[in-house]
Amino acid sequence: MTNNLENQKLLSGNEAFALGAYHSGVKVAAAYPGTPSTEILETISQFKDLHAEWATNEKVAMEVALGACYTGVRAMASMKHVGLNVASDAFMAAATTGVKGGLVIVSADDPGIASSQNEQDNRHYAKLAKIPVLEPSDSQEAYDLMAYAFDLSEKYDTPVMVRTTTRISHSKSVVKISGKRPESFPKAAFYYNIAKFVMLPVNARTQRPKIEKRLVDLAEYAETTPLNQVIPGGTELGIVTSGISYQYACEVFPKASFLKLGMTYPLPKKLIRDFAGKVKKLIVIEELDPFLEDNIKAMGITVSGKEFIPRIGELSARVVNDAALSAGLLAGTPPTRAAEPPGLPRRPPLLCPGCPHASMFFTLSTIGQRAKLLESKDNEPKEPELVITGDIGCYTLATYPPLNAMDTTACMGASIGQAVGMAKAGVTKKVVAVIGDSTFLHSGITGLVNAVYNQAAITIIILDNGTTAMTGHQEHPGTGISAQGIQTTAVSLENLVRGIGVKNLRVVDAFDVKALRTAVKESLAGKDLSVIISRGACAVLSKQKVNPRVIDVEICNTCGACLRIGCPAIQKVDGKICIDTVLCAGNACTVCQQICPKQAIAPQAKGAK
Amino acid sequence: MKKLDLLITGVGGQGVVLASDIIGDTALAEGYDVKKTDTLGMAQRGGSVISNLRIAPRVWSPLITEGEADVLFAFEKLEAARWSYYLKPGGIAIVNNHALPPLAVSLGKASYPPDKDVMNILKQRTDRIYFIDGTRMARELGNLRTVNILMLGCLSRFMPLKLETWKEIIARYLPEKLRAINMTAFDMGRKEVKDGHLG
Repeated sequence: MTNNLENQKLLSGNEAFALGAYHSGVKVAAAYPGTPSTEILETISQFKDLHAEWATNEKVAMEVALGACYTGVRAMASMKHVGLNVASDAFMAAATTGVKGGLVIVSADDPGIASSQNEQDNRHYAKLAKIPVLEPSDSQEAYDLMAYAFDLSEKYDTPVMVRTTTRISHSKSVVKISGKRPESFPKAAFYYNIAKFVMLPVNARTQRPKIEKRLVDLAEYAETTPLNQVIPGGTELGIVTSGISYQYACEVFPKASFLKLGMTYPLPKKLIRDFAGKVKKLIVIEELDPFLEDNIKAMGITVSGKEFIPRIGELSARVVNDAALSAGLLAGTPPTRAAEPPGLPRRPPLLCPGCPHASMFFTLSTIGQRAKLLESKDNEPKEPELVITGDIGCYTLATYPPLNAMDTTACMGASIGQAVGMAKAGVTKKVVAVIGDSTFLHSGITGLVNAVYNQAAITIIILDNGTTAMTGHQEHPGTGISAQGIQTTAVSLENLVRGIGVKNLRVVDAFDVKALRTAVKESLAGKDLSVIISRGACAVLSKQKVNPRVIDVEICNTCGACLRIGCPAIQKVDGKICIDTVLCAGNACTVCQQICPKQAIAPQAKGAK
Repeated sequence: MKKLDLLITGVGGQGVVLASDIIGDTALAEGYDVKKTDTLGMAQRGGSVISNLRIAPRVWSPLITEGEADVLFAFEKLEAARWSYYLKPGGIAIVNNHALPPLAVSLGKASYPPDKDVMNILKQRTDRIYFIDGTRMARELGNLRTVNILMLGCLSRFMPLKLETWKEIIARYLPEKLRAINMTAFDMGRKEVKDGHLG
């Protein structure tokens, strides 16, 4: 009975990618954390007979993997969809030079924007770079595809993209583990070959026809590869599909014929034409953009899809079913679906109790009189007294009331460039850029160099909680611990900032409200660029969460100052404010105690409950 | 068992994902196809968490369709009410009688629904509601963290999976020193639901 668990396991797509890559003999794996891709590197870093690293950003991860593959070993870079935007320069370069050892790039898209700043379909990148893209439809395929991806890469001298989505990466399904780690590997060695590796125009031009030829060869491979499968059924309806959409399509159309594409670029034109010829009606079911559909239409084949399948957000069997009903592909009308009961209080994501970012945002919020922005006065545009450009991390949650302390969030590292732009444009208000430690190291450094060079009179606040918190506490260069748990050199943020040429630097304890206030006020008063490093351990990792605070109801006049921190532990019940002692971070924080005008907050008395 | 769709819900940090992993492995051990997917949202802690778990001889989509879940398995009352619309008419709701007020409630901007409202919302979907004092029972047992396993004991009454398989899988997920107390919790949960069976 439980023997069933010996040769098969419930694995997430991301775990399956990692195991598949490991069994395919990958020697170097690099990534920057990003939902929904993070667990790929987390899983593979647990194996010791390879090098796995958190790179400073996705571009660097791509370059590391590219360099590694030039030595003949197999390498992998994994990242979320927007990570590939960051890495795109290196990605296009990799597509131009080709590889030696296999190079696989896992791109994890986020349809529905569960945890991202946008929605984009990265299959377009494969077309742009003229490289193949593979798409699994469950964890078994995620595991199996990796072997194909590495083989294809080496055989056709190309990087291979494996495109996954949140629902593949973060679903668990049964995987029969058929492979194992190879016993021998190619020895890493780099051989002189400037025509291949030095992309001077003369060499890049020589590569161009090879790239076009590669695409023709790959299209031929696509015709016969077992990755592309015809699953015959009825002849009334034929469905071309890929990835998770295949599962939804199977559930909704059990009697249809399927052309299931595991390789979605380049497309097998003959296979598609043959399939189209065998069914009365041809449709495409795919998530996000009409990537397959447009390519099939360009072949002159009559096909539909996005006329009724949404191009925005995540699909599901329900979405596909309702779309099919409204398009008349299924008999009946879409049923009225039950909806969430109205009037229940929401439970949105929050900064944790004891979060080191909360005190800084509280400071910015009060100094900048940010609460005023929430007062509803007709539709007049409101100019904040203090403009706060923001960045990407847990701290983006400070956008919400009661902190209300963020004006922009665009992409990784953008806060600094945006602040420079606003200041140079001539806004009369002070501009502050707020960025986390991991994000600063990812792509804030070049922004800071630019700000120093161009003499922008802005204040840059680096929130240093010593981890990449939002994606689940990964290490980064500032922590000095590698992805595989090895002690390395920690990059000092203050040395880095000073080295760039910042004279006006203040390093403050994130839990010292008075010091934060002084640092912000002094920085804003200066005429030059200033940097504040606000340092405090992430509450989730903090080891000092003892002595919870309590409010003396005799002293408290319910002024509500403490509620403006937005701490989930501070609650107003029946008109009285109290602190949930189970949630309170205690000695690790004490921010509410520091700001209480009546000194009504103190450590819980010993023995009290 | 033809198919069993379970929607498991609670608040971040309550162990929703662990519980769904245990159920999934138990069903897999008995030869079923299993798919599961967890929605955690953006935050690490404190948000609403749901896990879709589908068990059948062959499962396609990992996502459960609204109004089609056979079982709603909730570790927190408000979340039970919130996700009740996933339950099929006449499905089974197993709810831990435990409240974790969200921030809007703490800040006095919203109110936590009283038990009768939660019950009324659930009753719009089904009469088969099992309100379990799981948190209280776990506290009495001496370890609050056993509440998940105790609730699994309740759930196990509705699933055609063998007792020894449940226990074997649970043991795999727990360190040696916590096994005995959790097995007691599981048995307590099992006894709590006397008429448990899938209709």
